[in-house]
Parts: sequence; structure tokens; C-alpha cells
Amino acid sequence: MDTFQFSRPTTVDQAVQLGSTSSTAQQAAEVRFVAGGTTLIDLMKLNVERPKQIVDINVLPLDKIETAPDGGLIIGALARNSDVAHNSTVQRVYPVLSQALLSGASPQLRNMATTGGNLLQRTRCVYFRDTAHACNKREPGTGCSAIDGHNRMLAILGTSKDCIATNPSDQNVALTALEATIQVQGKKGKRSMPIHEFYLLPGSTPNRETVLEPGDVIVSVTLPPPVAGAKSLYLKLRDRAAYEFALASAAVVLKLNGNKIDYARIALGGVGTRPWRSLEAERALKGSSINATTFRRAAEEALRDARPASENGFKVELAKRCIVRALTMSTVA
Amino acid sequence: MAKDPIAPEIVEGMKEKKELAPENGRPLLGRVTRRSFLSHIGAASIAASTPVLASVSSHAPPVIEEAPSTDGIEGAVPVTLRINGKEHNLKLDPRTTLLDCLRENLNMPGTKKGCDHGQCGACTVHVNGRRVNSCLSFAIMHSMDEITTIEGIGQPDHLHPMQAAFIEHDGYQCGYCTSGQIMSAVALLKEPVGPTDEDVKQAMYGNICRCGAYPNIIAAVQSTRKQA
Repeated sequence: MDTFQFSRPTTVDQAVQLGSTSSTAQQAAEVRFVAGGTTLIDLMKLNVERPKQIVDINVLPLDKIETAPDGGLIIGALARNSDVAHNSTVQRVYPVLSQALLSGASPQLRNMATTGGNLLQRTRCVYFRDTAHACNKREPGTGCSAIDGHNRMLAILGTSKDCIATNPSDQNVALTALEATIQVQGKKGKRSMPIHEFYLLPGSTPNRETVLEPGDVIVSVTLPPPVAGAKSLYLKLRDRAAYEFALASAAVVLKLNGNKIDYARIALGGVGTRPWRSLEAERALKGSSINATTFRRAAEEALRDARPASENGFKVELAKRCIVRALTMSTVA
Repeated sequence: MAKDPIAPEIVEGMKEKKELAPENGRPLLGRVTRRSFLSHIGAASIAASTPVLASVSSHAPPVIEEAPSTDGIEGAVPVTLRINGKEHNLKLDPRTTLLDCLRENLNMPGTKKGCDHGQCGACTVHVNGRRVNSCLSFAIMHSMDEITTIEGIGQPDHLHPMQAAFIEHDGYQCGYCTSGQIMSAVALLKEPVGPTDEDVKQAMYGNICRCGAYPNIIAAVQSTRKQA
């Protein structure tokens, strides 16, 4: 691990100022904010991230979970994953988020990891994590060892010829289905964006994962008011029942009107290069009757553009069954 | 600040290795801990393979490895950590993880290093009462925190009920993961964990035991929860 300078700002403005001296907020940033540290310090030990300056933002007052004026929920960027997962409002009104958080990592890691940090969780692609291998995400232009390598865990949606790395987060899949917005404070002041505009597809620049610029500090994530009468759940399929990343997962928010689907939001994890919202599946569900044919049609739509690599073809059918199962579970009284 | 009997003069003593001096009239050599025994074995094996050095060092007084010097390390920063109710003034390379600080700088080897990447749970300690992986945190991030290690949970003459239960239920084989298991188990007593064995399994899955003592670990945790 390279050595670094360490600072601990007490205001968001100071943190923005410190972060602004970096040439990028993406891979290989010279200045990194640390909150839980569970991704960053791991990657620093592997020499995948080599920041010259660490800015500890843990003392910033960003750890509250509060009701928004419109009835939604404002989750501070430093709210720990365990606090969000066990928050009574989250459990009651946004169960998909609580379930997603509790399906990920371990109790110790959830006590450390934060809402904002989890938004920036990095891929578990083994080639990204191993500096002996080529990786366009880690070192642009070096190539992708995964495309012809061990890619069983990697993405089938949103991939490019330069990168097939999966976004590993569970939280972000739930936040996508809940249509969360992300509040950022940066050099030019505050701004807010829907989560589906936060993540970039890899394309030819997989080193750029989000729209964040140097100095940007995620201050909060806001959930819209709950859809009255809707149910939500998270289903995660993986190689073992606990402490493992998703092979495929589905976050579902569904509202029924009698036998018909009134409102549907579907997001997938473990299969996309970013948390994967499926507008196609949602269109297939809206107005349709709840039955196995409808669910299967939605699943087929969601995976229509899937492009598996050499070892992860099984994920196409697995993701479809994951969607069908999640929809079935959320329509059982 | 109260002096720590385990690691005296951490800062002041960092410049040089300290000679083994009699303490209260009793030579330190007489107090062999597992750690000091192992480090002397290591020194002996090095000496055996380097005869020239051995002939020189055989006349030198034995030395005890204390906190490694950080004075020569560029960018070492002062930090005060509060661990098991005691304050420690340290000067640390900023890269030092909380885990390495405990083991290497403070001579508190009860917290174990397993994977060093937050996957095995051997390094579990409590920060402000909550269990965390000390390998994935820099020590300098914790100057305002209350840190508790296995050394602060109980001692051989007054074990924490969870420690006693691990012995009672044989919750280990090799013992390497045990302090992390116990730190997790003590923390879960205050967490929203359901009553069943399955709930305990879920709450403990961040601690890997490669000996496979899981059934006994669960038994130990459940018996302690019933007492509480």
C-alpha cells in the first residue's frame, strides 16, 4: 500500500474543497473520501486504488434517517447499512431496501459500510482486483482479461467489448426499484439526480462508473413517498445461502388492483454492469393479469438484450426465474 | 494518562529496542508468554542460519521487540486511541490498520489476523459497542472512538459469560477464529436477533471457522442468551 496524507474535515464544504484537488473522482483518484472503508481499504491493500490523500468524512453530520417533507425518506450518506436495514420506517414502508441490505456482506461489514459508500461499491471482478491482469476499468487501454477468462460471476446486461464487470451491490438494486434520488454537494453547489442517471454504462470508458466529479460528496439518498398499497421485496440467488454476492437478484415493487397489476418497478442485481432497471419488464407487467404467463413474459423482456460470456450463460435463465419467483412471492397474499 | 502495563512507553520507547531489564526485581526472561516464546524461537532459527551474526549476537544482551519504530517513517502521525477503557498515545504510519495497530503497536495479539480483507471475521472488535472488522479500518480513523477487544471482554480469572460458554460447549478446535467469534457473539446479545438457532447462524455468518466448530459455537451463544 502506498502511503498517504490523512485529513478529517468537519464540514461538507471542507471535504468538497479537499476532494476538488483530485484530477478525477473515478478509478485512480488521487484524493479519496473514506467512510466505512470496507471497499476502499480492501482495494488499497491490493494496490488497485492508490490515493495520495485520504479524507475521512466520518465526522460530517450526514448520518440521519429522516422523513422528507413530501412523506418520503431522507437517508444520510453516512447512515450505516445496519442502521438503515433495521430502521423501523424502512422495514415497514420500504422492506425491499431492508431485505437487500441484510442479504449483503456480514453484520460486521454492515456496521461499517455506509449508504453513500455502498452506492460506490466496486466490482468483484477478479481481474479488476488483481494487478497482474489486464483490466480496462483499473488501467484503461490494457484490455479485459475477463471476457475470455473466468467470467462466471460477471455481467450479461450492459456489457461492452471493453468490460463485463458486475455491479455487486444489493442496496443499489433496491434503491433503483424504489426510484431513489441522490443528493450531491460539489464545487458548484448542490445537485440531485435520479439513481438511474447516477451510474454510467462501461462503454469504452469502464474506469468511469458514475457521474461524480472531483470534490463531489454524496450527502444523502432520498426515497419518494411510498406507493400506497404497493408491496416490495428483494430476492437474491447465490452460490450459498449467506455471505455471498448475487448470481442474480431482483427487487420488485408491485401494486395490484384486483387481479391486475397497477404499478410495477423491477430492478436486477448480479447480472448488470450497473444496478439494472428493467423498463421492459415493467411495461410488460403494467395492466396485465397476475399469472405465470405474465411473469414469464416480463422476465423474457428483461433479459431480451442479455449477452452472456463464455461461463455465465446460465445467468440468463437464472435471472428470468429470479424475476418470476420474486413476482410470484410478491403477489401471494 | 495512565500507563498501560502491557505496552509501556509506546511512544517514548519507539526509538530503540529496549533491553530486557529486571522489573520489580524479577527478570522479564522469567515471564515467558506464548508470543515472546515464539519470537525467541524465530530469533534462534535466524541465528542458526547466520553463524556470523550469531557469534556477534550471542554476546549481546537479549532484546525484546516492542512497538516498531515509526519515527523514521515519513508521515507518521500522532493519534490517541481509547482501547478497553485506557488511552494510548501513539505515533502511527497512517497506513496502519486498527488490527495491525492492536497486534503490532500495542502488543494486544488477542485480535487475530485471518484474511486481512474483511471476509473471515477473525479480527472482529467493537467500535462504540458495535462489531466491526478491524482489518478494514485505519487506526487513525478511530481517535474519537471507544474500542473494545477480546482483552477487554474478560480475563482468565473473570471470564465474560460468553467466554465461559465457549469453553463449556467446546466452541472451537484450533482457536484461531475464537476471539473474533466471541466478539461477534457478545455484540449480537444487543442486536435484533431472533430466538432460533437459524437466527444465530445468520447473525454469526461473518465469522468463519475452518475447523467447523459451528454447532458448538451456536450452542455456546444460545446458552449465554438464555442466561442473559
